[in-house]
Amino acid sequence: MKSLLATLALTTALTLPGVAMARPVTLTTTLNNYGGDGAYLALYVTDASGAYVGSLWMAGGKSKYYEHLDDWYRATGGDKGQINGITGGSVGAGRTLEITLDLADALFDAGYTLHVDAAVEDMRDSPNEVAVPLTSDGAGTPVAGRRYVASLRYDM
Amino acid sequence: MIRSLHRWPGLVALALVTLLALSGAALSVFPAVERIAAPQADQTLTVATLADRIHSVYPGVEQIRRSPSGRITAYWFDQGAPGAAVIDPASGEGVASADPNQTERWLTNLHRSLFLGDGGRLAMAAGAAAMLVLSLSGAVLVARRTGGWRRWFARLHGPLAGRLHVEIARIAVAGLVLSATTALWMTASTFDLLPDGGASPGFPAEVSGETGFAPDRMPTLQQTPVTELRELSFPYPGDTTDVFTLKTDRGTGYLDQGDGTLLAWADLTRWERVSETIYMLHTGQGAAVLGLLLGLMALGVPAMGATGVLIWLGGRRGRTRIRGNQPAGRAETIVLVGSEGGSTWGFAATLRAALARAGQSVHVGPMSGFAPKRYINARRIILLAATYGDGAAPATAKGFLDRLNAADRTPDIPVAVLGFGDRSFPAYCAFAKDVAAAAQAKGWPELLTPGTIDRQSPQDFARWGRALGDALGIDLELSHQPVLPAIDSLTLVSRRDYGAEVQAPTSILRFALPRVSMWQRLRGAGFARFRAGDLIGIVPEGSTLPRLYSLASGRRDGFIEIVVKKHPGGLCSGQLTALEPGDTVAAFLRRNAGFRPGRDRTPLILIGAGTGIGPLAGFVRGNTRGRPIHLFFGMRDPGSDFFYGEEFPGWQDEGRVTRLVTAVSRGARPHYVQDALRDEASQVAELLRDGARVMVCGGRDMAAGVAEALAEILPLAELTPAALKSEGRYVEDVY
Repeated sequence: MKSLLATLALTTALTLPGVAMARPVTLTTTLNNYGGDGAYLALYVTDASGAYVGSLWMAGGKSKYYEHLDDWYRATGGDKGQINGITGGSVGAGRTLEITLDLADALFDAGYTLHVDAAVEDMRDSPNEVAVPLTSDGAGTPVAGRRYVASLRYDM
Repeated sequence: MIRSLHRWPGLVALALVTLLALSGAALSVFPAVERIAAPQADQTLTVATLADRIHSVYPGVEQIRRSPSGRITAYWFDQGAPGAAVIDPASGEGVASADPNQTERWLTNLHRSLFLGDGGRLAMAAGAAAMLVLSLSGAVLVARRTGGWRRWFARLHGPLAGRLHVEIARIAVAGLVLSATTALWMTASTFDLLPDGGASPGFPAEVSGETGFAPDRMPTLQQTPVTELRELSFPYPGDTTDVFTLKTDRGTGYLDQGDGTLLAWADLTRWERVSETIYMLHTGQGAAVLGLLLGLMALGVPAMGATGVLIWLGGRRGRTRIRGNQPAGRAETIVLVGSEGGSTWGFAATLRAALARAGQSVHVGPMSGFAPKRYINARRIILLAATYGDGAAPATAKGFLDRLNAADRTPDIPVAVLGFGDRSFPAYCAFAKDVAAAAQAKGWPELLTPGTIDRQSPQDFARWGRALGDALGIDLELSHQPVLPAIDSLTLVSRRDYGAEVQAPTSILRFALPRVSMWQRLRGAGFARFRAGDLIGIVPEGSTLPRLYSLASGRRDGFIEIVVKKHPGGLCSGQLTALEPGDTVAAFLRRNAGFRPGRDRTPLILIGAGTGIGPLAGFVRGNTRGRPIHLFFGMRDPGSDFFYGEEFPGWQDEGRVTRLVTAVSRGARPHYVQDALRDEASQVAELLRDGARVMVCGGRDMAAGVAEALAEILPLAELTPAALKSEGRYVEDVY
């Protein structure tokens, strides 16, 4: 299990007044056997209006390929500062990525959405692979992605 | 220096470089296959029309991509299910699967990272760097071997492995340099070491907010030919803030989905363009023919690896170990060796052993390690110096002359210089002579007058050893047995006898070709490959020292032939001339690259007397292409020692020899071959003006006489002996 100290509060605009409480959240992303090289995945959060709030994880170390994660790239302008310290390797077909982060309580049940953008070399770019609202009720419920993600689940 | 820069990366990175080359060669096929298989777009087809066609077949289309090969792929969602296909641009219909080719994917991952991620990428980059070092150092070595960059494609001599290595290298090196350099660039790009990241236009803050403007009505798409397209992404259905994203060969832009206007555009940066060109050059994607060519050149790498290892092993075998070597500070005698191929070390070992037997302590080292301050106990220094090429220092003597010339004073210890060389080359023992001259100019005391050893002659060496022993006041017997090449047993097939009447019994001996193994054939070793003019070493019974004879036949003749005169009391010639058909002798082959007629069509002037006719007759016999050959042949009596007298009329009829001029030395008016040359002075001069090449074979006195006669004739052709020699147009094989 990857344990991560970085919190959204540290990296993003989530230093909202009143955000004091945070809790560990585990994100489990399992890929299907799409028959290609390792997938680049960008996990990030948007607010109720659809505006980018912050990144949770970047699976994939070569920044020259980030432009294929279109939505994340558009939102951040490819800014590597957004994923400083929260970058890992790409995820192979059929493999599972599990990350644990301290997420602010305020992110839940407040209209925030968790997004996954995915891209694979010589295959389709899949921005908006997964978009799932962050709610207390939704925790533990797997959601399927559009092309590469077999299931995404967050547990608190 | 260059050589070790070539050898060590080659040996260390052999497996890696071979793997890179083989996987690269296999990968080079895919772009060409893709180019042929993919339905190509009409030159006039616009992105607008293509998008419309695809959109009407696949309403859920998200992205259209065009690869450099021209293959168009569409990605769509149909009721939530992802779909993708290779598209025929004429119809917009899918015609083939868009799934990546698993073999190509596997090979690509092997080629770029050995399936080991970043560590593997770095290892393969190191392989590419080794390939680059090998290519560049190899190119310098090729130029050095052929005699300069302008003679890049000059004909090669030497053993098969070495020739193959260079033959492949001089064709493949361009491709390998290109592949290796581009590989390193791509690695740097992958690791973000280059500022070649994509420049994207800022995402438009303001859009029309409308949807449903058909792509085929958008002006930008109407103006963009499909041949420039890289990627067109459609907006998300229902998202009014989204846009069309267009990527072309020129840059990236955003198009409004409500009115089709171009909202933003960014051109490719210069770095991006360079990186893309390099990507194309390396992968062949978009340049399939070049890719195939590079792949073909890469196939030379395993062959060069194998031949390279053979060359290295061959060189190692020829090297001698010095046993019982003393440290330089303790030795009384310092023996310094300047050797190129390694044979001089063998002489050094013999000298060391003989001196040690005489109670001396000896240090043997390379001339390049010359360090007089360390020789505190030394009482004499002996320099054994070979010569490389046209008088240059051999490998283990690099820097010796510089160091000697730079020293303010020479050692007080007396020095003896012994040169090793081949008399058939114009620069015979030139380096040793330079060393001796420099030593003398510096006032270095002389232990012994400088000597020379011709073609590793053990007899010469023994003679010099006796002189050295006299100078040292010890009895020095140098019995040097060169590391003999593989000895074959040759069976006599026939013999023809001459000269008994003129007290010069001589025989033309013809031996059967010995059996040659596949391995020998591959390396061109032993009797697998030889030509007239090469030497054959015969080891007589009762002696370990071989005697050398010039060959009068080549491999193509199907037999081995020599002309042997029986010397009174001669051990080897006595045994040879006593052979009867069926008898055998022990023999080995030694190449004589300096004494070859060459393959061009310039006239040849061959001059020989007595048994010296052997190789010259061999050249004539091998001259099936009608090259003009003028042969001057000196003999005692045409009735007795006219060797090959039976064959010459036939050879003349077949055009193998243009003219045969004989000189007879016995009789009322003795006439020598140099006299015959003088008689024909005007014709000889004319031939020389036409670029003729002179080859002389025979005894030393005859050669001197011929040289004198030629020196008289040459001014008629406005030439000098020196000029002729420097062009390689005057060669001797003298004994």
